[in-house]
Amino acid sequence: MSVTTAKSHYQSEAFARRLRARYAAERNFKIAGIAAIAIASLMLVVLLTSIVSKGYTAFWQAQVRVEVTFDKAQVEERNYAAILRQGLYAQFPQITERSGRRMLNELLSSGAPYELEALVARDPSIVGTTRTVWVRADDEVDQFVKGYFPRTGPEAERRLNDAKIAAVDAMTASGALVQSFNTTLFSAGDSREAEQAGIWGAVVGSLLTLLITMALSVPIGIAAAVYLEEFAPKNKWTDLIEVNINNLAAVPSIIFGLLGLAVFLGFFGLPRSAPVVGGLVMALMTLPVIIISARVALKSVPPSIREAALGIGASPLQTVTHHVLPLAMPGILTGTIIGMARALGETAPLLMIGMVAFIVDVPHGLTDSATVLPVQIYMWADSPERAFTERTSAAIMILLGFLILMNGLAVFLRKKFERRW
Amino acid sequence: MNVQTHIPTSAQAGARSAPAVPNKMVARDVKVFYGAKQALKGINVDIQENKVLALIGPSGCGKSTFLRCLNRMNDTIENCRVEGLIALDGEDVYGKSIDAVQLRARVGMVFQKPNPFPKSIYDNIAYGPRIHGMATGREELDEVVQTSLQRAGLWNEVKDRLREPGTGLSGGQQQRLCIARAIAVSPEVILMDEPCSALDPIATAHIEELIDELRENFTIVIVTHNMQQAARVSQKTAFFHLGDMVECDDTEEIFTNPRDERTQGYITGRYG
Amino acid sequence: MQITVLVLILALLTVIGFQMGRTRAAASVGGRVVELHSVPSYHGFYVALWAGLPALFLFVLWTASEGWLIMQMVLASLPARLTSGDPQALNLLKADILNIAHGISTGRESDPDVVAAAQHYGTLRDIGDWSLLAVGSCLAVVGLAYGHRRIGPDLRARNRVERVVSVALIVCSLVAILTTVGIVLSLLFEALRFFAVVSPLEFLFGTHWSPQMAMRADQVGSSGSFGAIPLFAGTLLITVIAMVVAVPIGLMSAIYMSEYANPAVRTWLKPILEILAGIPTVVYGFFAALTMAPFVRVIGQDLGLDVSSESALSAGIVMGVMIIPFVSSLSDDVINAVPQSLRDGSYGLGATKSETIRQVVVPAALPGIVAAIMLAVSRAIGETMIVTMAAGLTANLTANPLEAVTTVTTQIATLLVGDQEFDSPKTLSAFGLGLVLFLVTLSLNMVALRVVQKYREKYD
Repeated sequence: MSVTTAKSHYQSEAFARRLRARYAAERNFKIAGIAAIAIASLMLVVLLTSIVSKGYTAFWQAQVRVEVTFDKAQVEERNYAAILRQGLYAQFPQITERSGRRMLNELLSSGAPYELEALVARDPSIVGTTRTVWVRADDEVDQFVKGYFPRTGPEAERRLNDAKIAAVDAMTASGALVQSFNTTLFSAGDSREAEQAGIWGAVVGSLLTLLITMALSVPIGIAAAVYLEEFAPKNKWTDLIEVNINNLAAVPSIIFGLLGLAVFLGFFGLPRSAPVVGGLVMALMTLPVIIISARVALKSVPPSIREAALGIGASPLQTVTHHVLPLAMPGILTGTIIGMARALGETAPLLMIGMVAFIVDVPHGLTDSATVLPVQIYMWADSPERAFTERTSAAIMILLGFLILMNGLAVFLRKKFERRW
Repeated sequence: MNVQTHIPTSAQAGARSAPAVPNKMVARDVKVFYGAKQALKGINVDIQENKVLALIGPSGCGKSTFLRCLNRMNDTIENCRVEGLIALDGEDVYGKSIDAVQLRARVGMVFQKPNPFPKSIYDNIAYGPRIHGMATGREELDEVVQTSLQRAGLWNEVKDRLREPGTGLSGGQQQRLCIARAIAVSPEVILMDEPCSALDPIATAHIEELIDELRENFTIVIVTHNMQQAARVSQKTAFFHLGDMVECDDTEEIFTNPRDERTQGYITGRYG
Repeated sequence: MQITVLVLILALLTVIGFQMGRTRAAASVGGRVVELHSVPSYHGFYVALWAGLPALFLFVLWTASEGWLIMQMVLASLPARLTSGDPQALNLLKADILNIAHGISTGRESDPDVVAAAQHYGTLRDIGDWSLLAVGSCLAVVGLAYGHRRIGPDLRARNRVERVVSVALIVCSLVAILTTVGIVLSLLFEALRFFAVVSPLEFLFGTHWSPQMAMRADQVGSSGSFGAIPLFAGTLLITVIAMVVAVPIGLMSAIYMSEYANPAVRTWLKPILEILAGIPTVVYGFFAALTMAPFVRVIGQDLGLDVSSESALSAGIVMGVMIIPFVSSLSDDVINAVPQSLRDGSYGLGATKSETIRQVVVPAALPGIVAAIMLAVSRAIGETMIVTMAAGLTANLTANPLEAVTTVTTQIATLLVGDQEFDSPKTLSAFGLGLVLFLVTLSLNMVALRVVQKYREKYD
């Protein structure tokens, strides 16, 4: 092929046609790239909106106003249910038959008498007086008020029958049934009754677990990274440790759960469901992440800093603790926070060591039975009641809130202390 | 669009040697900006057909930037802006009638570091002809590969291992492979950006011989740091300094009788 | 309580030791600290280590052995009728004692002897904790005194302290090794016990999985079958679906981000993928079960297909979404590692951007991309929550993505959640599955990490 024919080739109509086709392919390829990103973004948006739209109503809870008389005798018998019932029936004088009154009882949360008990405990002087109190409505009423249950259609297929709907409507009209901020969600432990269930127990469990994780994995991780990066001789052993750490970072999390079950529970006999065991398992799981990120941070400190310190007579350990480590600290901290965020969202290994138990009390110590936020989400997600779906989504929103906070902090630290050598 | 008539003759190029040979490419008042930074400050150069033009000058003087303007490789760099006129056979290469893809096929390029694709030797050469639809059949493609390798002086060394990866060759062979790859699409101009800087002296000698042979069929622009190399391979030399083209003339003239003292200083080794 | 006190005492003593060591070192040379071999603060650390370390060792040793020792003592004091049973009954008894001692209800009426034993256990534990406190504090004081006495101008305190620190550093880096050893040993040990009951061949090649065993102990082995092929098939099916979603989207996103998007767009797009990567798996599981599964079902019904409410498809799609950022960030790394000179070479020949990407960049990055996909597959195989929440429990052997299948991880999770006897084949089978899961993911990871490393070396 000579030069002249080539030149004519590039100016030929055939080449121009081919060029147009090539540009069309180029455009299609670029569109495919944009489409991929669009699908990923769309998925994120769908996921977040589906959770927010399912869950935002959980931050409100229907409350019922009841005029109750704290009769001395009944208080002494701790028969708060009766006190409540009398107040409730007084609001519906026209309903006298047993079935109607049972229906009225169902309007209130089964935990409502305990709310009265708490009131008396806080202020014993109310005994003998008549007070207006607000108690939680039953979760079915709550869901109905929020519009999740139909008011029409065959009565047998409805969650609320006509009589109940009439009672709810009457109370709503008279202002005796309102929705107010759901403090229970933030202050209570788990419960079988949706309207009494809260995430506080799980949040405390998560914090305790994370505390152990942090106390173990951060110092050990940094120490291991310092050794491997600054002191370790380059030989087969350190290669083995390195390969081992990289592989450990990719081991499925459930395997760590099996390890915890067999070693910490089976061999060492530590208590089941305890944050201390959860923390140990999580620490082993996050350790490789922290070691890897700490090594990257240490590696990014230029050798000239080390040479300068060694040059003025500092020992290798002094060089590291006085100069290298402080400079690498922001990077290490960022990696640590991201590792902790991952531990906070982890569920599977904790199922293995029994943190999936139904626990009403808020844990007070590292060996108390506890659950954690993601496991609470897992358990609530299994509950069939509509009100639990709502609370699951709310708990997810709170978990995501914590994660956003932690990752935001990591990003902030990275931005603030980022240094290019 | 034919803009040949609008192009004023270069004052410097035309002053001492009359253009006996037609200009393959011309550059008029070419300015290049990277963001706010100006890299080239109005370059005027004529590139004559079937000659070798060497661009010399200290590092950072804009030689490579200018070279990359000639086939619009600067398009791939973000916030790079080119002003002025560059024409190939009288057509503005930044104009509408020439497309960047077409231009780069007609103005090939060889880079500083040999950059064979991680493919077989055969596929390295066949890559260009394939994407441009230059060979219609298997046999035609074989022929293009063979002639390209022959012209690059590599055929005898690799003819028995065309299926082996191009990255397995020695540095000098890789660079000749890259030259063969550029030849395979039958360009009119070949741009070479310090093609020998990563090679040993023997491989360099090979490439220099090759450049001299290629001059018969192609117009060549070569950027080099090595003044002996410029003297050996080129007919014309342009001296760049701090984004300016100081002087452009016959190579002999530049090296024996430079007009500008900056040129003089550079070629006598006072700075570089 | 006692432990907290001990920790506080130790902390206090180390601080005091540090101060005393420093002061004494300076005093030993009359304040002319240049005459010391090491600066005073190293002397401080030296004494502090003497005060803290021996007591710490004691503490660790004590806590590791205390439970076992006390349990042996308690068991020895129990009547023979309770302790003479088979190992399984003994384990149950131990668990009961622990539970009662920790105040956890066992859910049934307890033998008074067991309750007494639990009280005995509690008392012994109390005694143990108090004596630990006493012995630990004494040890710390003695250590402090010893260290303090040795302080002098010639003491090579810095070398000693640094020696201890470097040993500590080495020990820390061995924790990772120990973890791996722990994983291997615990899986192997429990799995071997499982394979003593169920033949490995039946486990690996059997096609029927129903781990529910008869309740009575004398029926062990009489029912329950452990052919894991349906689980492997289910895992494979969901993994394939996840990969079909994640690989094209992840790869194209990575290509777009690294080759097309300008930096400004990239700073906006990267966080989207990072958020997807940061969402906990339990959230994906909830999304798969409550949003994706009904959606897939409705679409299927519209098309006239019968879709299970726990279809492999919905779990697989959501898992794919979860893995998109994983694939894209790994591919992004390898694509960025392809040298610019290769792209320039291609552009210089007149190739368009997409031709360059498809014919030069991707082939050059291929080993890295393959490794990334392998890591993603390993991730999908090991993922637990999505499948536990959105895929079924029925061990179907099917290739139909619209049916419910179960996976290895789902089975491990369900077998080990809730009340469990530690020795039944049902529980142990989870460790058999865990061993297979570990070996498969480990080999995928090993190969992938090796390939990535080789690839990086090639272009560095």
